[in-house]
Amino acid sequence: MSSRSPPRVRAALAAVGIALVALPWLIGPFGDAWVRALCFAALYVMLALGLNIVVGFAGLLDLGYIAFYAVGAYTYALLASPHLTEHFPALAHAFPHGLHVSIWAALPIGASLAAAFGILLGAPVLKLRGDYLAIVTLGFGEIIRIFLNNLNAPLNFTNGPSGITLIDPVRIGSFDLAHPGAILGLHPSSLHLYYYLLVGMALLAMLVCIRLQDSRLGRAWMAIREDEVAARAMGINVRNVKLLAFSLGATFGGIAGGLFAAFQGFVSPESFSLQESIVVLSMIVLGGLGHVPGVVLGAVMLAMLPEALRHTAVPLQDAVFGRVLIDSEVLRMLLYGLATVGVMLYRPRGLWPAPEHGAAITAGKTSQAVPRHG
Amino acid sequence: MDTLVQQLINGLVLGSLYALIALGYTMVYGVLNLINFAHGDVLMVGALAALSAIGVLHGLWPGLPGWLLLILGMMAAIPVCVSLSLVIERIAYRPLRHAPRLAPLITAIGVSILLQTMAMLIWGRNYLTFPQLLPEAPLHIGRATISVTKMVVIGLAALIMGALLWLVQATRLGRAMRATAENPRVASLMGVNPDSVIAMTFAIGAGLAAVAGVMIEATYQVAHFYMGFIPGLKAFTAAVLGGIGNIAGAMVGGIVLGLIEALGAGYIGQLTHGIFGSNYQDVFAFIVLCTVLILRPSGLLGERVADRA
Amino acid sequence: MAERAERAERAECAECVLRAASVNKRFGGLQALTDVEIQIDKEQIYGLIGPNGAGKTTFFNVLTGLVKPDSGTFELCGRSYQPVDPHRVASAGIARTFQNIRLFPDMTALENVMVGRHVRTHANALDAVLRTRRARVEERAIRSRAHELLDEIGLTRYTTQLARTLPYGDQRRLEIARALATEPRLLALDEPAAGMNATEKGALRGLLESIRTRGITILLIEHDVKLVMGLCDRVTVLDYGKVISVGTPADVQRDPAVIEAYLGMAQAEAAPRPQIQ
Repeated sequence: MSSRSPPRVRAALAAVGIALVALPWLIGPFGDAWVRALCFAALYVMLALGLNIVVGFAGLLDLGYIAFYAVGAYTYALLASPHLTEHFPALAHAFPHGLHVSIWAALPIGASLAAAFGILLGAPVLKLRGDYLAIVTLGFGEIIRIFLNNLNAPLNFTNGPSGITLIDPVRIGSFDLAHPGAILGLHPSSLHLYYYLLVGMALLAMLVCIRLQDSRLGRAWMAIREDEVAARAMGINVRNVKLLAFSLGATFGGIAGGLFAAFQGFVSPESFSLQESIVVLSMIVLGGLGHVPGVVLGAVMLAMLPEALRHTAVPLQDAVFGRVLIDSEVLRMLLYGLATVGVMLYRPRGLWPAPEHGAAITAGKTSQAVPRHG
Repeated sequence: MDTLVQQLINGLVLGSLYALIALGYTMVYGVLNLINFAHGDVLMVGALAALSAIGVLHGLWPGLPGWLLLILGMMAAIPVCVSLSLVIERIAYRPLRHAPRLAPLITAIGVSILLQTMAMLIWGRNYLTFPQLLPEAPLHIGRATISVTKMVVIGLAALIMGALLWLVQATRLGRAMRATAENPRVASLMGVNPDSVIAMTFAIGAGLAAVAGVMIEATYQVAHFYMGFIPGLKAFTAAVLGGIGNIAGAMVGGIVLGLIEALGAGYIGQLTHGIFGSNYQDVFAFIVLCTVLILRPSGLLGERVADRA
Repeated sequence: MAERAERAERAECAECVLRAASVNKRFGGLQALTDVEIQIDKEQIYGLIGPNGAGKTTFFNVLTGLVKPDSGTFELCGRSYQPVDPHRVASAGIARTFQNIRLFPDMTALENVMVGRHVRTHANALDAVLRTRRARVEERAIRSRAHELLDEIGLTRYTTQLARTLPYGDQRRLEIARALATEPRLLALDEPAAGMNATEKGALRGLLESIRTRGITILLIEHDVKLVMGLCDRVTVLDYGKVISVGTPADVQRDPAVIEAYLGMAQAEAAPRPQIQ
């Protein structure tokens, strides 16, 4: 694709690149909270891209997607924190210095585990029709959350509702992202470094998605989405291709989860509720289902807007009404609800849909000669 | 043995509640092929409205007997739920009636969130206590106990379900509903107005949910903005278990699911030697849901519609 | 160049392309197919006809794996195959079109044909993500072959247009182009002339004959008897799920059983009985 993009697109991409590099320095002075928000936005971008593979590319509505995020997060959390050695003497014996698996080893492990869960979940449900698939995946997601919340007795695996703390930060070589020290004479803050890491990973995720989309596999996904019967008749092994979508999407979630655990330093089942799955879904629906730049836009918007509102709406309400009528948490949920309903009713293809293609899932204006199937 | 009887009673109570809510899901699915994701949240709004109404009435006339307050509370909840669900149907679902199937589902999810937000704004985020309106002293059956409230739940649910069965089988409206569920176009050719039948279906389902919501808060004595989600999901499971689109199925599925959950929660500790406790109660419903949908999507009493796309 | 490879592969196919026998299918109370059999030879254009409800589409769906038969033996190019999964059937070498046209409506004409190449290509997810040499070479080949096919079928002007915007007759041709992209041994067409006017039918006839000269065998269901008679080398006639006649179009046209099936008993009775001299 890089050989095909015209100079104008390349210039735009370069400009965006420079802006991304400069962003933490520009926004930093307004408060660390903003840079943190950008870091979370990058994580959401990865999640949205992963869910987009499942929903946008392959047309499978997964409402339990956040479970893969949880798998990735808890995998790293368990491999790089004192929790297991504290509760399992045998492990403490085997690892006298504690479990400190490097994130670069733990990420592939978490990702593979998430992919395995994806196949485990996908295999029995793929033959179900759209809305049933959605509900079953929702059920699976909830089952995972309930287990995470309760696997603290008789053997304490997940530490229940309290979650797992003291998770190791990311280390690149001997270089610790939580306590960076000096690099090339500069003293960047830990937050800034995490920003670059997370944004870098998000960009990598984007690249992977774009390459998948423009490939034989991407076309197969699109064909299945458009007309599964015809796709099958053309020799596409629909079951395996759908399973691949599930597990690739799950892999994205797993990797994002591991990074999240390292960044936040602590995980608990609260972060992996149905609501989060819905948040990610509303991001891709708002942005433009199936269109990678649209999905990124949706993720950034719905991740950053609540931050922006928190800093403007609250003082605004204070000034106008003398008190806060709608607090920021409620505003956040209001935003997600309005985004979802509004988009479905008035702009079903999203804010930034693919220029040539319609979205076969949410909108459908077809000519009489080609009736919409499935 | 008394655990068994106690759990059976608990199961019947749970099952009655699930059945009432499941009916709403199944009827809407029957006419629209839509999973009304927001159904549980409509229930929640009605329940909270009832709580507020009861509070106001009690404030105005402190001498009113508990059972009267309960009835008045339901009288308040029902119109709230009915009008809310009619508005939702008109604004959010009707425009998408011919859209691909996932669009209304996604919209329903959005509506669910909006309802929760609205509830948070009106009633705040904290758990609210529902007063003890019916006599507290429980009755004894052998060594099992059952409170008056729970008896009312079972009795009321049975009454309502009987009335609904009569409505669907023996009245003109019921015939119209069944016809629209089978084939809306032909039904309209026979003079049935599908829009009004659909509206009536939503209204009836919402009314049932209102009653269920008030009974839930009366039984557990707590209400809050997220109270609709889990019961809603479990009731949907019940509807699928019984055969989605099938009204008798929703009733059967509700009772069966209630029994499964109560017996499971009651015995799981013994069965797994303490590894899994009753805190895993919610998992049962989800496991039933996944199992049924994967292995026998048509449910116990058979599905009206084929399950393949 | 690709065509030469195609011809070479097809040369390996035995004289008989498709053989099916003892095919039975029951739907609940209805016996849809009873002991149906068919034999299609290489480079034939074979027609499957019969009055409405005769079971043509059911048999067609059985052959292409959409419907599971109760019994039957199936052979493609001498090798037995189980019509269990449409995608396996396509992989074995039978490509089909649909009576109601099942294109991918929001994909361009080019992309529709490119999807047809899926079954003969191999690049997987890893190849896609890493942009391996194999993936890039294969992708170029897919694209150029798709362009070639559009050109051969005469649809080049629609290359970047969405499939649903094409005129009806061209949508049918696009479906055929897509089926050809799978390099089939047998091209199975379900009522390809439905909804076409006389000119379009003539063009279709020319297209099918040119496809045959490229060494591809064709099976088609058709209601247009005139088209079938002028185009097909051999014909099987079904009625009430049974084979009532097999032979050249001329033979079958004269067969009283066929006439009776199509026109009803009264007319058959009105036809002059053959004189016995």
